[in-house]
Amino acid sequence: MFKSEPMSNTSALSATNAPYIEVNNLNLTIGGNQLLHDISVTSFTPGVTMVMGPNGAGKSLFLRCLHGLLIPTSGSIRLLNKPHEATTASQSMVFQKAVLLRRNVIKNLEFAAPNGTPPTEITELLAKVHLNGKELQPARLLSGGEQQRLALARSLLTKPRLLLLDEPTASLDPASVLIIERLISEATEQGVKCIFISHDLGQAKRLGADIIFLHQGRLAEHTDAETFFTSPQSREAKAYLNGEIVL
Amino acid sequence: MLGDAFTEAFTLIVSVNPELLEILWLSIQVSLTALFFSIALGLPIGTSLAITEFPGKKACVTILNSLMGLPPVVVGLLVYLLLSRSGPLGVLGLLYTPTAMVIAQVVLITPIIAALAYQVMDDLHREYRDLFQSLGIPLTKAVPTYLWDARYSLVTSVLAGFGRAISEVGAVIIVGGNIDHLTRVMTTAIALETSKGELAIALALGIILLTLALIVNAAVTTVRAFGLRNAYV
Ligand SMILES: Nc1ncnc2c1ncn2[C@@H]1O[C@H](COP(=O)(O)OP(=O)(O)OP(=O)(O)O)[C@@H](O)[C@H]1O
Ligand SMILES: [Mg+2]
Repeated sequence: MFKSEPMSNTSALSATNAPYIEVNNLNLTIGGNQLLHDISVTSFTPGVTMVMGPNGAGKSLFLRCLHGLLIPTSGSIRLLNKPHEATTASQSMVFQKAVLLRRNVIKNLEFAAPNGTPPTEITELLAKVHLNGKELQPARLLSGGEQQRLALARSLLTKPRLLLLDEPTASLDPASVLIIERLISEATEQGVKCIFISHDLGQAKRLGADIIFLHQGRLAEHTDAETFFTSPQSREAKAYLNGEIVL
Repeated sequence: MLGDAFTEAFTLIVSVNPELLEILWLSIQVSLTALFFSIALGLPIGTSLAITEFPGKKACVTILNSLMGLPPVVVGLLVYLLLSRSGPLGVLGLLYTPTAMVIAQVVLITPIIAALAYQVMDDLHREYRDLFQSLGIPLTKAVPTYLWDARYSLVTSVLAGFGRAISEVGAVIIVGGNIDHLTRVMTTAIALETSKGELAIALALGIILLTLALIVNAAVTTVRAFGLRNAYV
């Protein structure tokens, strides 16, 4: 059941110039409420695709659909140019609120590690997220930022080819944000595709290759990062960048 | 006169009166056996109810929760009818044996253990479900994880079940009959001795029962406190 595809040979994807993300007419209705409306997005950009938008825009729901945790009412999803069912196993998601098992730090990582993961790999990863020395601490007693870093480490341990991140740095101090951003850049350099939800404009500028902007469950715009920050196309994105609330 | 009864009761306890010991031992044996079977039944029921979705699940949970409050005398009566000579299981000749008392206690506390396990597992499942799906954890790994991560709460439920079993009187008096040296347990003995006016024995047994209840509660508190301290609850 574990994902074991190697991280290498992902560059084949960009060579064929196939889309990393291909979402067509995605609709999501839960309990009679339509929460996502007819979202269509195609992204050929490697690296980090940022998903932005005001609170309640549907970003988390969108990511959950991409991850296969929510089944869209209609529409189709293709990621890494493969049928959706084929990719959910090579994805990993970091949730908006870290979910950690009731055991210590190291056991939380071991739980998610694919069979045969050498212990040194786990130790190295712990050092990378600056949690070395906390191996035996109950994971749920870590601080909020430490929990998020542990959750990211756990995700990376599964060697995903697609990494979905739901505001992984929302409550982190600047140093922790840097740690996480560096890990994500490292992963993308190795060919991992990232879809990243963030409210942090600086972060989006630093990491984002293209921006998907959602508003009230609809796609307001999808442009490359430079265009988005210099001359946003939609009224909603303009207002968002100016710190206004659009209703 | 009451003071005399107390003095006598303490003498009985301190001198380790063999009759008291026999009654205490049978009580513990019956309730521990019942507890064993109730865990074996209740834990899988509660767990599978929590982690599976099927039509009618809500109704099952409601029924389970109401079974928690089954009146012991009604359980006693039902088990009596089941085991009495003309009943469906009459041929087994179990009425008025310790086995009959075990059966009655199993019927009483299985719903308690199942319902409490369901609550714990349901909460945990809501929390872990997405993570497990995301990590591709198979059910064969998820279930042991739920059980392990619920360990502190489950121990609490089990102890609560034991407390209920050992202190219950209505069911075991009907199906056990309070027969000397055979089915006399603490609660039935207290009921009988009090009605006979033998207050010393009743008091002695009452004190032992109360002490047991205190020990069980102290264990619950300790286990919970340890779990809470590590954020494992
Ligand atoms: N299960 C659900 N049932 C009904 N409504 C829901 C459900 N889940 C989410 N919603 C609604 O859908 C909308 C979008 O939710 P979502 O969590 O995707 O927002 P978001 O863009 O991630 O916001 P934030 O930036 O605050 O995290 C919200 O208004 C929310 O109330
Ligand atoms: Mg969100």
